[in-house]
Amino acid sequence: MNYINPNAVRPLFEGADWEFSTVQRAYDAIEGIALGELGLDIYPNQIDVIGTEQMLDAYSSIGMPLFYKHWSFGKHFARNEAMYRAGMQGLAYEIVINSNPCISYIMEENTATMQTLVIAHAAFGHNHFFKNNYLLKQWTDADSILDYLEFAKGYIAQCEEKYGETAVERLIDAAHALMSHGVHRYPRRRPADLRSEELRARERREHEERVFNDLWRTVPQKDGGKPDNSAEERRRALLQLPQENVLYLLEKIAPRLQPWQREVLRIVRNIAQYFYPQSQTKMMNEGCATYVHYRIMNRLHQKGLLTDGAMVEFLRSHTNVVFQPDFDDPRYSGINPYALGFAMMQDIERICTEPTAEDQQWFPAIAGSGDVMAVLRDCWANYRDESFILQFLSPRLIRHLGLFHVLDDANEPNLRVEAIHDERGYRKIRRALARQYDIAWTLPDIQVVDVNLETDRQLILHHRALNRVLLEERDARLVLQHLADLWGYDVLMREIDPATGSVLKEHAASSRPGIVHPNTN
Amino acid sequence: MHIIDRRLNPSGKSLANRQRFMRRAKSLIRKAVHESTASRSIKDADEAGDVSLPAQDMHEPSFHGSATGGIRDHLLPGNKQYMEGDTIPRPPGGAGSAGAAGSPDGDGQDNFRFALSHNEFVELFLEDLELPDLAKRRVVDTESLSWERAGYSVSGSPANLALNRTVRNSLSRRIALHRPKTEELKALREQIRALAEGDPRRDELEEELDRKLRRTTLIPYIDPIDVRYRRFEANPKPVARAVMFCLMDVSGSMTEHMKDLAKRFYVLLYIFLRRKYERVEIVFIRHTHKASEVDEDKFFHSPETGGTVVSTALEEMRRVVTERFSPDAWNIYAAQASDGDNTASDNERTADLLTNCILPICQYYAYLEVGRDSEQFPPGFARRDSDLWQTYDNVCRPGAPMAMRKANHRRDIYPVFRELFARKQAPAAAEAA
Repeated sequence: MNYINPNAVRPLFEGADWEFSTVQRAYDAIEGIALGELGLDIYPNQIDVIGTEQMLDAYSSIGMPLFYKHWSFGKHFARNEAMYRAGMQGLAYEIVINSNPCISYIMEENTATMQTLVIAHAAFGHNHFFKNNYLLKQWTDADSILDYLEFAKGYIAQCEEKYGETAVERLIDAAHALMSHGVHRYPRRRPADLRSEELRARERREHEERVFNDLWRTVPQKDGGKPDNSAEERRRALLQLPQENVLYLLEKIAPRLQPWQREVLRIVRNIAQYFYPQSQTKMMNEGCATYVHYRIMNRLHQKGLLTDGAMVEFLRSHTNVVFQPDFDDPRYSGINPYALGFAMMQDIERICTEPTAEDQQWFPAIAGSGDVMAVLRDCWANYRDESFILQFLSPRLIRHLGLFHVLDDANEPNLRVEAIHDERGYRKIRRALARQYDIAWTLPDIQVVDVNLETDRQLILHHRALNRVLLEERDARLVLQHLADLWGYDVLMREIDPATGSVLKEHAASSRPGIVHPNTN
Repeated sequence: MHIIDRRLNPSGKSLANRQRFMRRAKSLIRKAVHESTASRSIKDADEAGDVSLPAQDMHEPSFHGSATGGIRDHLLPGNKQYMEGDTIPRPPGGAGSAGAAGSPDGDGQDNFRFALSHNEFVELFLEDLELPDLAKRRVVDTESLSWERAGYSVSGSPANLALNRTVRNSLSRRIALHRPKTEELKALREQIRALAEGDPRRDELEEELDRKLRRTTLIPYIDPIDVRYRRFEANPKPVARAVMFCLMDVSGSMTEHMKDLAKRFYVLLYIFLRRKYERVEIVFIRHTHKASEVDEDKFFHSPETGGTVVSTALEEMRRVVTERFSPDAWNIYAAQASDGDNTASDNERTADLLTNCILPICQYYAYLEVGRDSEQFPPGFARRDSDLWQTYDNVCRPGAPMAMRKANHRRDIYPVFRELFARKQAPAAAEAA
């Protein structure tokens, strides 16, 4: 040991170069702050250093380290590669996977500062969110996702060998088209097992015995009872209709699919389900990671572990990430989830530590509570984007962002400003913004409502056209064609105005022989 | 925490996906390649490159709301002037302010550029092209010998001495015949030196040394019977020797546009031959009222002008054939590009030369007539065929190894080229398969 003054803190690194020991040192320093000072709770970390091409690979398979093969991933790869080579698009500094252990990919081109930032952001920020958010806990199994992907890849490769690449490709094409409608939005009722069924039957019997009264027998019955629509009711109950998970329905009841085809649909559906909570928590997830890296980097600098130069480099990058252009800026392309998430979390920090009278009135539960991290950890665990905005978007932040609400009714000649950042507008804006993050409002509500079992086995779907926004017609027809191919018989989709119940539009498609099902018809 | 260095993992994980994509997009990519050749300059027609694919043809559809109609909410940051209740004129393009609602799938509908590697490009570019009837002609003296290794022989030239094998033989012979080793002799000499003069054992040892030395000289280190040579056998390989004559009219009547077309045609031909047939000889002949054989550079780049006598080019071709390319030994091809003008008095002679001298020795004769870009004739008015076209039309009877095409515009060149050199048997073979 040759350091002279044990109290002098040496920076983790100087300059841009890094090696594995640098990464390890940075990780250890960050871990101390993240677990000790911020109280984060994380999956064990695994950090993979990768190169450009591997990053492009990961891009094309929606960030997963292994995936089944399909031409569309090749297409995405070609597009990303072309954009990257032309300098039109930079690559992400990292990709992080919601698995246990949590895998973060970091690029070899990153500077030492960027590696530190990326570790703080991904390996701690995202990791904490993955492990603690209720939606992710409920819907994804971080322990087994990689094994499942491994299985999926192998299974689909086997199918390709056995049934031919074309057959598998067509099936996956069709399944991908329906992927957004291949998720369960709510936990299903599991069919009860025999023992609990018995238990319930006994309880019911006991209850009946307890409340038994012979008088009821003497009460005269109405003639005929209910009108006889029980056949239809029974059919719909049997087929679990209405059903919004179209892929699930096909997997379970499509009459002509082979077992392997059902399994492939199941794979696509399971992967869609895995990503479903991530799409509902994107803003919070990014906000959480950004807030965490911001806190950690500042703390490292405070402790003298980061040089001033590294800090400036970090701030530059951080500022780019959380930049929110105004709506009339040519760079505007929607609300930046990083910016909104980070701003809201910083705002919560402010409310906890230096509340104003307004905050006291709006957020009595947390204003001035002092313990920022406890409040934030609670947010990260128990909210999704929609509920988080509904609960925590403060008037001050609305003013700061200059948020306003514009209503665009196709029947009116002009757009109308519904609300701005004033006393009357805060709640309206908050509600409207939250709704934009509500998946029930953003994804079209499509349900399979009936199957014509007696005659031609026609599958009937309804799209409840919220606010009379119809489906994009060309795409809808293509997807419907895929659906008909999978179903094997005709498919009919009605677009319905939920306000009046009137049918706005109808699309129909017939199954093409020889696409998914063999030609023998 | 683990840090894992994955940089050395095999790359090209997405290769399988890329191939699937290429297979799926093959017709699109092929079309894009063909179109891109029309717009490229002559020089980089052989270069690899980006092709632009229309995005919607590789579209992945999904259910999503349309961008217009209905009631929409837009939440926008950066309010500067608006008050509640203000109305804003609908921005052009329909969908809300600044297109805030966008398309939810995020992908634009622009074309996207797809980079093909050099080989992928050329492969698609020259797909299904070939020289017709190559090597159908009896190829007498055109066998080349390729030498292949065929074991060892006891005789041969010193250059082919198989050193390993020779030493191996010698070693086994020396062991078998107990040739004393150098170390043995050395040890024996040491022993002798160590013993005193007059020691009885010394004589004994010296005797043994003598015997061993004698044995060494009798049994040579390498004997002629050890020596082996690498043996080569000559395998005759039939080689299709072919020559392509490129005849180009560079007379004054050819406009710059026409020359450009003709050059484009020959560039394609040149690339095609160089790529697919390494051993094809190419002879460049250009002509005005007189013809001369020139090199590649002059052919494509040097300006010249004068009258037009087509027969001179055919004469020149005949001269070159008699001098260097005996029709018995060579497959002869010719491609001619011209604007169709010819001195009237020369037509008969041209026809005569072609019918009697050129076509009989040719496997294939392609004639390309280049026209003016602006030549648009109203429908119903057939353009009068040029002198040369009429002349050739008479010659080009069914069965004659000759084809004629016209091209008026850059974009015609590649299709015409493909027509002229398309694989003739391909459709029949495909049907049979």
